[in-house]
Amino acid sequence: MMRRLLIGSVWSYFALLLIGPILYLAVQSFDEGIAAYWREVTKPEALHGFALTFEITAIVLAVNLSFGSITALVLVRQQFAGRTILSGLIDLPFSVSPVIAGFMLILLFGPETILGTFFGTLGVKVLFAMPAMVLATLFATFPFVVRELTPLLQTIGTDAEEAARTLGANEWQVFLKVTLPMLKWGFVYGATLTVARAIGEFGAVLVVSGNILLVTQTATLHIYQSYVDFNYVGANAVALTLLAVSFAILTVLELAKAKAAATLV
Amino acid sequence: MKIEVRGLTKQFGLVQAVSGVSFTVKEGELLGLLGPSGSGKTTVLRLIAGLETPSGGEIYIDGTRVNDLSVQDRNIGFVFQHYALFKHLTVFENIAFGLKIKKWKPADIEQRVAELLRLMSLNALENRYPHQLSGGQRQRVAIARSLAPRPSVLLLDEPFGAVDAKVRQELREWLIRLHDRLNVTSLFVTHDQEEAMEVSGRIIVFSKGKLEQIGSPAEVYEEPATEFVARFIGAMNILEGQVMNGVVKIGSLQFPASDICDHVRVQVGFRPYYVKVSEDPQRYRQPATLRHIYFLGVAYRLEIETEEGLILRSRMNKEEFRQYSFEVGQPVSFAVTHFRFLPQDGMSFPSSSASSQLDAGPLTP
Repeated sequence: MMRRLLIGSVWSYFALLLIGPILYLAVQSFDEGIAAYWREVTKPEALHGFALTFEITAIVLAVNLSFGSITALVLVRQQFAGRTILSGLIDLPFSVSPVIAGFMLILLFGPETILGTFFGTLGVKVLFAMPAMVLATLFATFPFVVRELTPLLQTIGTDAEEAARTLGANEWQVFLKVTLPMLKWGFVYGATLTVARAIGEFGAVLVVSGNILLVTQTATLHIYQSYVDFNYVGANAVALTLLAVSFAILTVLELAKAKAAATLV
Repeated sequence: MKIEVRGLTKQFGLVQAVSGVSFTVKEGELLGLLGPSGSGKTTVLRLIAGLETPSGGEIYIDGTRVNDLSVQDRNIGFVFQHYALFKHLTVFENIAFGLKIKKWKPADIEQRVAELLRLMSLNALENRYPHQLSGGQRQRVAIARSLAPRPSVLLLDEPFGAVDAKVRQELREWLIRLHDRLNVTSLFVTHDQEEAMEVSGRIIVFSKGKLEQIGSPAEVYEEPATEFVARFIGAMNILEGQVMNGVVKIGSLQFPASDICDHVRVQVGFRPYYVKVSEDPQRYRQPATLRHIYFLGVAYRLEIETEEGLILRSRMNKEEFRQYSFEVGQPVSFAVTHFRFLPQDGMSFPSSSASSQLDAGPLTP
């Protein structure tokens, strides 16, 4: 009896918070028919939004995979003053509102600031352009790869790497042939979380991009814009598409995980 | 390859892990490094391997000073306690790892790996991954992997620590047979004295970063050079007393000490099987009460308490035990037939009378 109550409440919770809204979203997207859905999803503003989101996500993923792994390695393997503080700082993005993060960037790169004028003289536009949007998304996503790799590195330990050295492998070979392969799943999970978060980033990007139509309007900003303009079908259609993309990524990950799970024991 | 270590020291921050250790390993020898946790034995092994850098001292492998040689260039094989196998590679790829690094030709690699698979009885397992193997199999793969590039020295760090007792015994025998066959100079670290005695040609006993004694298993067991070695190897009854008129009196026990000056405080050590116990209170000179009987499979251990409250251990084999009908709490008589004075730090002992025999009958007053 108790068991059924518990399972029932979990299902209700999911229905209310997740399944219900998604179904509503789907229904609303096709409210004016499939043609309307297609029109909304393929119009220039929407397509530009998708492309921009995709571009930012790709850059952020590349940066996080490289710097994230270096950070994790340094945090776990090196002893240095301030290590605990740095470790705590990694989680900062989780406790800072993305809007505040965006605002920080405005303060840093604004027209009257050192950095702002420096980049201005170089002819590089930071705010209200790609660089700031990438920076904002980087801020929101940098904990993921690091946090996935750190415990993995600690569990794996240094034995296998030392073994590789005794067999004649130099540092590069140890890293490429032993460390990286053992961290494979950490990278996969970290990348998945990074992509999911980057696709969904809104607050910080809204602040630093200026939301300029067809220039700095990402997919999420486009959804917001459509909603504000009373274009509910448009908003729902693009939202549903983004949701489908995220869902597809997660499904691919789960399938790959199920296939390869045993080899990690 | 001969290994020579001179004045080796290693500090980790404020901790002195190894202090002034010097020894020589003969070519083709199988040497055991024995000691409790924290004794420095693993650190010495890792220093020889090149996995740690010495704070002081020198290491020579085959006459060449290797202090500045990286671990990659020392041509050593290392076996870890927890296997350290490459989980993402098959057994074949694990064993071939060192050979690929050294750029052996694929055909040569195939041949060498096949050779080792046969040697370590791992045939038919070459395409398995480490997680599909048992503990014993994993360790054999680790040993094969370390031997593949034909190292001049084999170093093993508590290689059988992570497997269960039965498998440990089998692996021990494996190692002995392997060593007989290949004759690679080998050093292995263990905290298990039985293992050290069974496997090694010679043993080095470590304590607190210092070398306590180096010798054959028999030497280390029968003639412990320091108090630590006497206590660590095998069971030992140890009593403290002072020499008076050429005799050490401890309770009603008397130990002749004619070679030692009066008023010197000494420690008397005697092995359990040199403590004879009998039900018959008249058989031996010393009275005691039987406090506990332990069954050890091959023998029995008896714990007896003397009139002064000293607890002594005695060991007797099954045949002897069955002659009596011992009961806990029973009064018994006992005698100590062999004993030795244990050398203590900072004291010199005459080497001649290292151990003495006592008459099991009544002593002249």
